[in-house]
Amino acid sequence: MSATTHDETHAHGDAHEHHDHGPAKGFMRWVTTTNHKDIGTLYLITGLIMFFVGGAMALVIRAELFEPGLQYVDPHFFNQMTTLHALIMVFGAVMPAFAGLANWMIPMMIGAPDMALPRMNNWSFWLLPFSFVMLASTLFMDGGAAAAGWTLYPPLVLQTGNALPFTVFTVHMLGMSSIMAAINIIVTVFNMRAPGMTMMKLPLFVWTWVITAFLLIAVMPVFAGAVTMLLTDKFFGTSFFNAAGGGDPVLYQHLFWFFGHPEVYILILPSFGIISSIIPTFSRKPLFGYSSMVYATAAIGFLSFIVWAHHQYTVGMPIAGELYFTYATMLIAVPTGVKVFNWLATMWRGAMTFETPMLFAIAFVVLFTMGGFTGVMMSISPADLQYHDTYFIVAHFHYVLVPGAVFALFAATYYWLPKWTGHMYDERLGQLHFWLTTISVNICFFPQHFVGLAGMPRRIPDYAVQFAEFNALSSVGAFVFGFSQLIFAYVIYKAIKGGVKASSEVWEGAEAHGLEWHLPSPPPYHTWTEAPAQEIISDLH
Amino acid sequence: MATTTKDAYYIPHKAQWPIFGSIGLSTLLAGFANFLNGASYGSTMMIVGAGVLITMLFGWFGTVIAESESGIFNDQVDRSFRMGMAWFIFSEVMFFAAFFGSLYYTRVLSESWLAGNESFSLGATRQLWDGFTAAWPNNGPAHIGGLEEGKFEPMGAWGLPALNTLILLSSGATVTWAHWGLLAQNRAQLIKGLIATVVLGFSFVIFQAIEYHEAYTEMGLTLGTGIYGSTFFMLTGFHGLHVTIGAIFLTVILFRCVRGHFSAKHHFAFEAAAWYWHFVDVVWLGLFIFVYWL
Repeated sequence: MSATTHDETHAHGDAHEHHDHGPAKGFMRWVTTTNHKDIGTLYLITGLIMFFVGGAMALVIRAELFEPGLQYVDPHFFNQMTTLHALIMVFGAVMPAFAGLANWMIPMMIGAPDMALPRMNNWSFWLLPFSFVMLASTLFMDGGAAAAGWTLYPPLVLQTGNALPFTVFTVHMLGMSSIMAAINIIVTVFNMRAPGMTMMKLPLFVWTWVITAFLLIAVMPVFAGAVTMLLTDKFFGTSFFNAAGGGDPVLYQHLFWFFGHPEVYILILPSFGIISSIIPTFSRKPLFGYSSMVYATAAIGFLSFIVWAHHQYTVGMPIAGELYFTYATMLIAVPTGVKVFNWLATMWRGAMTFETPMLFAIAFVVLFTMGGFTGVMMSISPADLQYHDTYFIVAHFHYVLVPGAVFALFAATYYWLPKWTGHMYDERLGQLHFWLTTISVNICFFPQHFVGLAGMPRRIPDYAVQFAEFNALSSVGAFVFGFSQLIFAYVIYKAIKGGVKASSEVWEGAEAHGLEWHLPSPPPYHTWTEAPAQEIISDLH
Repeated sequence: MATTTKDAYYIPHKAQWPIFGSIGLSTLLAGFANFLNGASYGSTMMIVGAGVLITMLFGWFGTVIAESESGIFNDQVDRSFRMGMAWFIFSEVMFFAAFFGSLYYTRVLSESWLAGNESFSLGATRQLWDGFTAAWPNNGPAHIGGLEEGKFEPMGAWGLPALNTLILLSSGATVTWAHWGLLAQNRAQLIKGLIATVVLGFSFVIFQAIEYHEAYTEMGLTLGTGIYGSTFFMLTGFHGLHVTIGAIFLTVILFRCVRGHFSAKHHFAFEAAAWYWHFVDVVWLGLFIFVYWL
């Protein structure tokens, strides 16, 4: 391998490939692009837009719940909002945003010229806008959108009007998109690593995405199969979920959660990777326990397949099933604990600074761990009989998804935005965004633990007056949280438009933490068309 | 080091086909949804969408085949294709796993719960479905579907299904024989082997169609015949669809072989088709054992 620097590589590439070197002009650039950075940008912008769409739906929910009684929306529309809010946040905001990060960062991190299958990469993205238009259109159909919750349980979901087949097909298209993206990521990492970039040298973000991609390929088809059975039960007379015909509605729950439990790890594992990248940089230390992080991630991935029925403790299962799923679920706390320990140990005696990415990363560790603890509480089957379908559950999974997955996405954006745009973001606004977000997210979700334990059911637009104060507080938090995100959008816009020029390293000492920091900011359209030099790779830690 | 075209990893530019794929697929699916909802324009939308989708498939595969024949794919690109195909087949395995899992769940677990054989389901069953006893095959306590009084005849294993097993297993052998021909640069063996595989593949589909016809017209066994009909037709139906796709895939490969594509070293598409074919073969063995036989 030649020891050329990135700039020489760029010039070198120019000399050999006159055609198609830079981006095409105009809108068609984005439609036909095969460039991992373009596709990453498309995913990230889609994720951000859908975050606001899903967020607006959350604010409809919180406005209605601001006080007891029915104020703004009728109960059926309220249920459509809870259903679509979840589907959009999961499939429209968080998953595309992670896919965008994977597209942008994985080739740059492993020294590859692009994703392994660039055309398929384009299709993975371009299925999404069509899927979301289809999903959004269901709001305007006879009978409204699906209103049975994002889990789409039968028999309730079979009462959906014209929206049912559209919802099912949306799931199929999103599934195809995810599977293609996941295949691309796995093949890229297995086949496109630069010489010297061994598997145990991969940045944790790459590792966590490989395991996430495996989960996606394994479970998205099961979800596709389950919703196909919903479709045939409704329109073709099958009896999968109909006890009169010998089927069982609980079968759907098993199929759904065989998908759904790995799915929630699909939403969190890349976050672990991001946090494992950011904490070492701002602690100015190597990551503590790299290999244990890899094994812990793999262990979490494996366990995610064998714990699904802990979502169904109240449905009527044999006692052996209740016991098995209780103990298996508790096991997950072990590898997760390894991770939290390693993050703390990385910070221990580090020369820490607290720029916005690090603030979000630290808040992630604290708040995600709280969400994890409530998860351990709910893993205990007899205790969960009390928590099931209450706001305690809502509080739990929002703690792992908002100050968990979403905070990781904020952290990642601030961390890599200077790399992508070539400009430093506005640190003052970033910190303002952090404090407003972190305070408001707790005002929003913390009280939900209390009303949940006191028995307030989820997915109901009205509630007993005893829950009024906490709900009002929660709604205030939600609105502050929602509007604070406009600052985030503005910071991104501002950094794209201009700002202090970012160096290639961006963060002090970052060059030791990953190959992406050896590329200029912003990186040229094609990077690592020649593999990075061996010394660079062997110096990484 | 990447100085010649062949050394560099080939990265295509300006992919115009994916957007056609998205337009075609979403039109097809939206058309199907409208059709299911009873809208008159649904079937027209489906035809238009399917047309766009098929155009996309021809265009996209055509482009890649032309690129492959021009020799710009190096070994690393070949490896990406192989890994991609293997993981795609894994996703297909998981799709079938959902249906096999449903068969297992209903046959082994929920039938017995529905019959009230377990303490936790006893009360509800006695209230709702008193007198139902768990025995496979069944179409549920309400005897949904079937002929008069919900009677139906389950599909036996040792008629057409056994013949189809023989056909698919033989086709697995013939495709391997064709592959040996390709490796030994014996074109006659390659083409003969592929023709035999394609003929066997489509024969399987025809026999399956005859079996379905018999089930619908004489046995009272339809998609709507309770849980037995649901699992039987969804499992064998999705498998039959995959056999059809695999046979079309092999037919394309056959045409390409006749045109002189592929060499002993460079024949990813042939192997992809063969892997896919072995995959439908293995799924069939599962079907034969768990759906037809046991």
